[in-house]
Amino acid sequence: MNKTVNQKAWLFVIPVFALVAFNAIIPLMTVVNYAFQETFGSNVFTWEGTRWFQQILTSDRFHDALGRQFLFTFIILIIQIPLGIFIALTMPKEGLGVPVCLVLMSMPLLIPWNVVGAMWNIFALPDIGFLGHSLNDLGFDYNFTQQPGDAWFTTVLMDVWHWTSLVVLLAYAGLRSIQPAYYQAAEIDGASRWAIFRFIELPKMKKVLTIAILLRFMDSFMIYTEPFVLTGGGPGNATAFLSIDLVKMALGQFDLGPAAAMSLIYFLIVLLVCWVFYNLMMRNEAQS
Amino acid sequence: MSKHKWIVPTLYIIFLMLPIYWLLNMSFKTTTEIINTYSLWPQDFTLENYKKIFTDSTWYTGYLNSIYYVVLNTIISVAAALPAAYAFSRYKFVGDKHLFFWLLTNRMAPPAVFALPFFQFYSSVNLFDTHIAVALSHCLFNIPLAVWILEGFMSAVPKELDETAYVDGYSFWKFFIKIFIPTITAGIGITMFFCFMFSWVELLLAKTLTAVDAKPIAATMTRTASTSGYELGLLAAAGSLTIVPGAIVIYFVRNYIAKGFALGRV
Amino acid sequence: MSKITLENLSHSYLKTQNIDADWALRNINIDWKDGGAYALLGPSGCGKTTLLNIISGLLTPTKGKVLFNDEDVTDKNPVERNIAQIFQFPVIYDTMTVYDNLAFPLKNRGISETEIKSKVEEMAEMLELTSTLHNRASGLTADGKQKISLGRGLVRSDVNVIMFDEPLTVIDPHLKWVLRSKLKELHQRISRTMIYVTHDQTEALTFADQVVVMHEGQIVQTGTPVELFEKPKHTFVGHFIGSPGMNILPCKIQNGKAMVNGNVIETENDFKNKNFTKTEIGVRPEFIKFDSSGLPVKINKVSNTGRYNVVDTECEGGKLKILSPVTSKIPSGSAFVKFDKKRTFAYGDSWIIE
Repeated sequence: MNKTVNQKAWLFVIPVFALVAFNAIIPLMTVVNYAFQETFGSNVFTWEGTRWFQQILTSDRFHDALGRQFLFTFIILIIQIPLGIFIALTMPKEGLGVPVCLVLMSMPLLIPWNVVGAMWNIFALPDIGFLGHSLNDLGFDYNFTQQPGDAWFTTVLMDVWHWTSLVVLLAYAGLRSIQPAYYQAAEIDGASRWAIFRFIELPKMKKVLTIAILLRFMDSFMIYTEPFVLTGGGPGNATAFLSIDLVKMALGQFDLGPAAAMSLIYFLIVLLVCWVFYNLMMRNEAQS
Repeated sequence: MSKHKWIVPTLYIIFLMLPIYWLLNMSFKTTTEIINTYSLWPQDFTLENYKKIFTDSTWYTGYLNSIYYVVLNTIISVAAALPAAYAFSRYKFVGDKHLFFWLLTNRMAPPAVFALPFFQFYSSVNLFDTHIAVALSHCLFNIPLAVWILEGFMSAVPKELDETAYVDGYSFWKFFIKIFIPTITAGIGITMFFCFMFSWVELLLAKTLTAVDAKPIAATMTRTASTSGYELGLLAAAGSLTIVPGAIVIYFVRNYIAKGFALGRV
Repeated sequence: MSKITLENLSHSYLKTQNIDADWALRNINIDWKDGGAYALLGPSGCGKTTLLNIISGLLTPTKGKVLFNDEDVTDKNPVERNIAQIFQFPVIYDTMTVYDNLAFPLKNRGISETEIKSKVEEMAEMLELTSTLHNRASGLTADGKQKISLGRGLVRSDVNVIMFDEPLTVIDPHLKWVLRSKLKELHQRISRTMIYVTHDQTEALTFADQVVVMHEGQIVQTGTPVELFEKPKHTFVGHFIGSPGMNILPCKIQNGKAMVNGNVIETENDFKNKNFTKTEIGVRPEFIKFDSSGLPVKINKVSNTGRYNVVDTECEGGKLKILSPVTSKIPSGSAFVKFDKKRTFAYGDSWIIE
């Protein structure tokens, strides 16, 4: 579309700018404020420079939480993206099955995140939960409240249950937008099913998949509520991901300085990855 | 493989329905039955838990509070986003690309980072424990999303429509409300759906900014879990009820879901 | 190379059919010889793409048979039928190079690398793609991409039929001519059966030896371009072919002759004594002359197209377009016209009366 230059357009943007800035800039300023100062709780601030940043960046606790977070996000992406694509490939293209599939698959996305955590808590309890009880019946020694490995397994399974549908829906939309002529031409060329996927479907889904990967990266990197309700970050610190650790520090211990510094570092990591993705997406659009 | 393709989505859907079924199962049992016997369906079917929720005001106000601030947020977000999206779609102005990117970055903000600052900030302007506080705070990520989605739909409407209306003598707002908005009702519907969804499911900020008056159902539920030591049946019933609004909304927009995602904007 | 026969072909996209309009194709019968260039011409929605997809095997017909060289292939898929199809927009594999695109169908059939190399290079030379062989296919222009689509179809030596589904749709007008000539040249060089679907009469008439004109799911006429022009069997053909198309005027019958406004119009064929609900006469604008007597017309507009004048006139039966050489004088206001008897035809219920 040919856009006309019009500086008065800012007037249209002001409500949005105000509401978002109100929520973003002012609190962010507070965070920056705290990150560089020390307060003893009574509005008396002393400049601490980069002490909090150094403290965080060198603390074992932060490294552990960061490591756990990256591992978690990595596992999530490795499972959800291929799984989502796979399911989208097998979904019906037309007929009654389509709305049925879409509605049922969307349900996990609309459940309040604490209910997701609570639901899985009940579901996975070793004595009264279906999953817990069945696993123990099958001979596994399963208890997610006590064993870190089981806690990770359950948390990952819960996130897969919760969010894979997002990838499925995006991939499905991408697939539906491929014109039939491509499939027809491939049929005429004698292409195998794998070749069709590799040379037609995957390239044409590039845009939606980028969005899916970006969203899943961000949301899994910032995850808080579901694991908090499921395991509380435990047993011990086993599932204390970055957000959980941060909130514990900020709201629990009121260690404001380090918490603020950690927030900024956290935010910067997310921004950096997003910036990279955004540029990749823009470059892709420019190419096509 | 193609003949048996349907097995995959079927298995996946069964997997999705299992925990939900289990929750429903629990909600119709008494807490004693849950703790003492393990069964795949209620041996002693009871509506006790649901009765408690519908009659005890601490419970049902939780739902009302949640619905209230979610609706507030949806209205505010969409109303503010409409003119902004129009500006991004039709005009070039100083800083437009940077502004758009900045807006998107807010969708990427970790709520954990904002929990404490919001707490202090909203307290300082005396908005702590109000519905409007939660509604406003959710604008942080819902408005960028709304602008993004609406801009996509608006860009698909050719500029010629605007120009024809001006030639015909319409003032801007008359054109916007009477002519433009009807062309993007699908987009507005999808935007409202996503705003509703992301606000309804968000817990951290909602819990942080409320105490008693505007307490969302999510907070009520977590308190039950930690204080009275697992009133599981009640908890299950409360959880089941939170699924209902989502299911209803999804049913109504089922035809738009794939279309909305297909624009490549989420 | 294949002789193609279609027997009593009918197709519907609906599960049950009640009225004629429920059928996309009705009673198609075609007999095409080996190695010819054929065109399926008709407006959008007339069924030509459906017919093409049935011939290629992408669609199974509701009724009827498809035969290649007298062998029933109705149930065979495109690979088994050994066909190639080029679509309206270029269908290429974006992530591959031009070379790999052209080699793809050969690789899938297990042909050796050396043979692939020689075939691909030969095809690239024919299509003038040699310089771009190792570039990424997605970087080419629309006509370049369409040439790749074409190349993928032709590179297989055992192809029976090549189908074109409005292949020049996305090509720039000034390149359409170039590609059209290329196609004709290729056909002469390779002499495989080629079927070309289009709604553009210029494309059809210049490419094909024989044109099949379709209308609302039926074949209205089959013939060479000259036959279609000189003796349209259906008013639709008359009106669709030629620019401007044939003039069709409703008429009454008196003593076996056509009457328009009380004037007798001599026609090449007679109205035999049959009962028709609709009787018309058709005559091409080239074969109407101004005269001192005849059918009265009112002159509305004269446009000079360079080679001749197009005169829009009106008589009490309807509108008439007349093509008049630039050198002759055109009367103004009202005038009389005469039709060339040998080029004026009588139509009953839209079909020519024979």
